[in-house]
Amino acid sequence: MRSHKWYTPWLLVAPAVVWVLVFGLWPFLNTVILSFTDSRPLRTGGFVGLENYGRMLQDEQFGYALTTSVIYMIVCVPLLTILPLLLALLVEKTIPGIAAFRTTFYFPVIASVVVVALIWTWMFDSRGVINQTLQAFGLLDKPVAFLVDRWWLLACAILLTVWKGLGYYMVVYLAALGNVGRELHEAAMLDGAGAFRRFLSVTIPGVRGAMLLISALVAVAAMRVFTELHVLSNGTGGPGGQDLSIVMLIRQVGQGLNGDVGYASALSVALFLLTVLPLIAIAWMNRERRTVS
Amino acid sequence: MTAIDDAKRVSGPDAGTTPTPPRERAPRRQRPYRRRGSGDFARPTLGGLVGRYALLLFVTVLVVGPLVWQLSTSFKGPGDDIYTFPPNVVPTDPTLQNYVRVTDFIPVYLYAFHSLLVALGTVLSNTVLATFAGYAIGCMRFRGKRIVLGILLSTLLLPGEVTLTSQFLTIRNLGLADSLWGVFLPGAINAMNVLLVATACRAIPSEMLDAATVDGATTWQRIRHIVWPNVRGMVSVVAIFAFIGAWDDYLWPLVVLSDPAKYTLTVGMAYLNGNFQADPRLIAAGTMIALVPLVVMFSITQRFFFKGVQEGAVKG
Repeated sequence: MRSHKWYTPWLLVAPAVVWVLVFGLWPFLNTVILSFTDSRPLRTGGFVGLENYGRMLQDEQFGYALTTSVIYMIVCVPLLTILPLLLALLVEKTIPGIAAFRTTFYFPVIASVVVVALIWTWMFDSRGVINQTLQAFGLLDKPVAFLVDRWWLLACAILLTVWKGLGYYMVVYLAALGNVGRELHEAAMLDGAGAFRRFLSVTIPGVRGAMLLISALVAVAAMRVFTELHVLSNGTGGPGGQDLSIVMLIRQVGQGLNGDVGYASALSVALFLLTVLPLIAIAWMNRERRTVS
Repeated sequence: MTAIDDAKRVSGPDAGTTPTPPRERAPRRQRPYRRRGSGDFARPTLGGLVGRYALLLFVTVLVVGPLVWQLSTSFKGPGDDIYTFPPNVVPTDPTLQNYVRVTDFIPVYLYAFHSLLVALGTVLSNTVLATFAGYAIGCMRFRGKRIVLGILLSTLLLPGEVTLTSQFLTIRNLGLADSLWGVFLPGAINAMNVLLVATACRAIPSEMLDAATVDGATTWQRIRHIVWPNVRGMVSVVAIFAFIGAWDDYLWPLVVLSDPAKYTLTVGMAYLNGNFQADPRLIAAGTMIALVPLVVMFSITQRFFFKGVQEGAVKG
């Protein structure tokens, strides 16, 4: 039924479309274009071909950033794929008070990363609660300066990310677990399958889709990490900038009146490719599965 | 699930046939664990239940511990030792001074007000514009809808960090660098929110909208009286997530704002930590100012939250 003037729907979608074009698609196209130039913030640069990309391959700091992101990904993906599933199984059953526990476990998700990182900064401090505890139990004889060592800082940031992410992925798993038929569990139990066997043969296949989705989300998030490392290292990127993430590097290179916009744009394009690749890999794995089963 | 359990137990072998005294039966129905030999697989055994609660409490300590520790630090006076083991959670010298003294270093309440402005603006623009656009996409037929959908979908794959540099150039060319408008504008409408509301709109029966048209309702009246009541749930989810997202954001305000007088709370907090090596008690007070409003809001609206997360997720 024709119930509106031809332009009404266009008026309704116009703000959303204009916004996406101005603040989404155009900046992206512009990033790709700028990555082939030697632009500065106050002057449009000339075309320099692949020079920015060549520079990236030789840039020591990009090497550090890539190492940081890849380690982040390798550690976070299994942890944040498995731990939230165990947590979801723990809060799945409706026992008294379980809703309160679920809500509590979600608190870190809503808290700003900055706030959480500031809290953990003092916990990791050489006089902080973690050092005190480890010393009290005799596991350390003198405090460890967690936040001024390249690998310790990275480990702390990863711990922070995992701690903060658990609740979110737990809820995603809860939704997926709701779809795993209870009859399957009962049938397996009657066949004599123990809890662990049922976990492997009923639960895991039942939440496979959610697992793939979560590992993709975690992998992408690992590439985009910024705040944890920025706050824990006090904006320095760790000793000698060895804990820079790609986003920190982009900001560092591109900011200010002398910022190297062209090179920052090339780094952004690299970041885009690195975030899209995990998604393509997951889409491909899902397709593979459909043709098999 | 519980409804099924109850129905099973009522129609079980001892339901009605054996005249059990009601005093004994009532508590048994409430019992959250199963007895030995019971066929009800959904319930844990007593031992399993105790272990479950022990694990739940352990995780609770891991999750809440740091927050409680920080909350107690924020109330500790100068007479309290904040570096002891075991950590004392209850301050021996409790004071509210830290919440006052933190303003000597940064105007933390002004920063909170800036964050609030940006967050409320983001909520308002996202809910209104997503409702309009979602209605058009979900319920109206028009030429070019596929193009509109394509434009909206294309940005879902695009992380904001990728466009950081060139988005800043756009904001600067608009003359909005170093202003709260610059912080607010790029997030004023999120394509994901439009698609969420469009999904909710698709569930509205088209007969209802047609009937309203026949009765002479204008587009605005249809949105107000038919679409809005139907999509209110989804829009509240959008609103909550928009608020949290804007309140918690760090990277974008950090890029846009250079004048410390204009900082939002997250940027101001990091600035406090970075520039003064301030007293941990003050940092604690600042983080609590940033955290407590969110925790309160979350506690009130948490049922929408879980709905929102589950709807946003792909079911396995």
